[in-house]
Amino acid sequence: MSRRHTGFGFGFLAEDTNFDIPFRLITWNVGDTYARALLVCVLNTLLVSAMSIVAATLLGLLVGVMRLSANWLVRNIALGFIELVRNTPQLVQIIFWYVAVLQTLPGPRQSIPLPGGVLLNVRGFYLPSFVGNDLANTLWPLALLLLLATPFVWRLPLRDFPLGPKSLLLLPAAIVLFAAGVGHMDWPELHGFNIAGGVQVVPELVALWAGLSIYGAAFIAEIVRAAILSVHKGQREAALSLGLKPRKVLSKVVLPQALRVMIPPITSQYLNIIKSSSLGAAVAYPELFQIFAGTVLQQTARETETMVILMAIFLSINLATSALMNWYNHRVALVRR
Amino acid sequence: MSDATAEQRLPVQRSLAPGTPGARALDWLKRNLFGSLFNTLLSLVVLALAMLIVPPLFRWAVTNATISGVTKAACSGDGACWTFIRMRLPLFFYGLYPSNEYWRVDLAFAALAAFCVPVLREQTRHRMLFVFLLFTAFPALAFWLLSGGFLGLDYVETNLWGGLMLDVLISFVTVAGSLPLGILLALGRRSQLPVVRTLSVCYIELWRGVPLLTVLFMSAVLLPLFLPEGVSVDRLLRAMVALILFNAAYMAEVVRGGLQGVDTGQEEAAASLGLRWPHTQAFIVLPQALRIVLPGIINTVVDLFKDTTLVTIIGLFDLLGAVEQALKDPAWLGFAKEGYVFSAMVFFVCCYAMSAYGRSMERRLAQGQ
Repeated sequence: MSRRHTGFGFGFLAEDTNFDIPFRLITWNVGDTYARALLVCVLNTLLVSAMSIVAATLLGLLVGVMRLSANWLVRNIALGFIELVRNTPQLVQIIFWYVAVLQTLPGPRQSIPLPGGVLLNVRGFYLPSFVGNDLANTLWPLALLLLLATPFVWRLPLRDFPLGPKSLLLLPAAIVLFAAGVGHMDWPELHGFNIAGGVQVVPELVALWAGLSIYGAAFIAEIVRAAILSVHKGQREAALSLGLKPRKVLSKVVLPQALRVMIPPITSQYLNIIKSSSLGAAVAYPELFQIFAGTVLQQTARETETMVILMAIFLSINLATSALMNWYNHRVALVRR
Repeated sequence: MSDATAEQRLPVQRSLAPGTPGARALDWLKRNLFGSLFNTLLSLVVLALAMLIVPPLFRWAVTNATISGVTKAACSGDGACWTFIRMRLPLFFYGLYPSNEYWRVDLAFAALAAFCVPVLREQTRHRMLFVFLLFTAFPALAFWLLSGGFLGLDYVETNLWGGLMLDVLISFVTVAGSLPLGILLALGRRSQLPVVRTLSVCYIELWRGVPLLTVLFMSAVLLPLFLPEGVSVDRLLRAMVALILFNAAYMAEVVRGGLQGVDTGQEEAAASLGLRWPHTQAFIVLPQALRIVLPGIINTVVDLFKDTTLVTIIGLFDLLGAVEQALKDPAWLGFAKEGYVFSAMVFFVCCYAMSAYGRSMERRLAQGQ
């Protein structure tokens, strides 16, 4: 350990860097400290993990329900998808999306236009972005606040009953507030040899996102299917015989019970997605592992410290997620008296 | 009149009478594809999508594809160039292993198959004996065949090992190492001794909380720093140790599930007969627990087999690494799709076979209860 003449310590975090981070959520200049590089990378890791968790959950629910469809074609397409994805390595999938799909797209001058003003080329997706007017600084946070408040308002008691679906009125209100704050749209357009305007989503992020969400979705789909099947047949029959409509049976009787079974295994899938985000190193997405086990380690030669930082951060993200999901599980779990 | 209509209808009715193949097919279609308006719409949408996707895919992979020839020039069509895969097949399976020694790898794999068959067959007598042989005699034989250097075989450096052979080898070593360690950890986690229990819990949760990539990287970068000067451990061996330590935590959780599934009466009965703890665990609890969790263990094996591709990132040439290396060959540029599709398919075949075996065993176990 002492071969490198430097003692163990995290002092290097205050030193200046001399590398660029090609994709970041907050400002980054070559020459900022290693501590800021750490923050940039943690945010990148969190971004791709959160995006993948949301996409994997939605896709997994869809495929899981498809797997139980009465339609033979739909059922077997879902089965084929699950088997294909679950039985091939995640790393191969991520690299496939990156090298064999996104890297073979045409250059900026032959960008593929997608609906909604989105441009797709070898440098990634270019999305149109909103540019706020003078009021945006007050209106947009307000819209976000309304959006976040909706689930709480849903449970707000009004004459002993929760407000329920009426709270969904807040969503259009939020959209109106957001729209009022938009000054103009910034459309991505070709300027010379490159695209100007809009927001660029780098192909590394897209490939990692696709790889993580599709792989996670296949596992979540099986969990969803097993959970729905685990609800006793008698429950459904009893609800139907009480005269509940099939949709109510699904939403009030089957799904709430299935949800309880689903949460613990889905939690471990979420943790897997977060851990697998380190595979971004294979496509050079600048996340925690890629920058710290790669660039930072080479430049500072502080193997022990970078490894300790990496493990500590992944452990804390995982423990936090797991604590959050346990809290949620505790809330929806059956109360045993 | 009515008789006449009945007469006329009869042949039609007869051909679709219940039980005839035609009627069954119609019934099947009705039930599975066109049961309701929504179902019919869904079927039509899916069929339309399939018409859009499947024919171009088929044209790319089969009709317009090339497999003959020996150079890139052979691939003039717009389909897949399987020639590239065919020419690089030895690299994908054996890595850089010397070509006149391929028979040693083949023999080792034949031996693996031969040792595995009696273990996987349900009817085998003395199955434990074969399990024991698989984890003792086979590794010795395989080491002699693959590495050589004694008993008349030339030494082959581990740097030259690669391709699918490396994936299978790493997986086998990892299973052989992590299963016993996992069983110990699972027993430790259920132990009455607080220190043993806490240590096991910490070990399991720590390894399960970090990405495999960091663990592999630690073995590649950090471990050499902690070793005394002059001692160097083979890179492949270091990766294997990391994988064993990592997967032991996952094995432990699977085995723990099985231990919890064994009725406590079994343990109590054993204790009342005067068996000590090690004997109770070894002869009463573990055989039943392992039987229950065999499907779970197979799932873990499938996962770790897929995860062996991660060794590419620390510079070992497994199948994925070999494909990436082949893609960089200037004589064969631009066949990324073919390369990755091929490696995905190889893994798919291996993993699907393993998970299908696990599922069939699960069904048999469920029937037995």
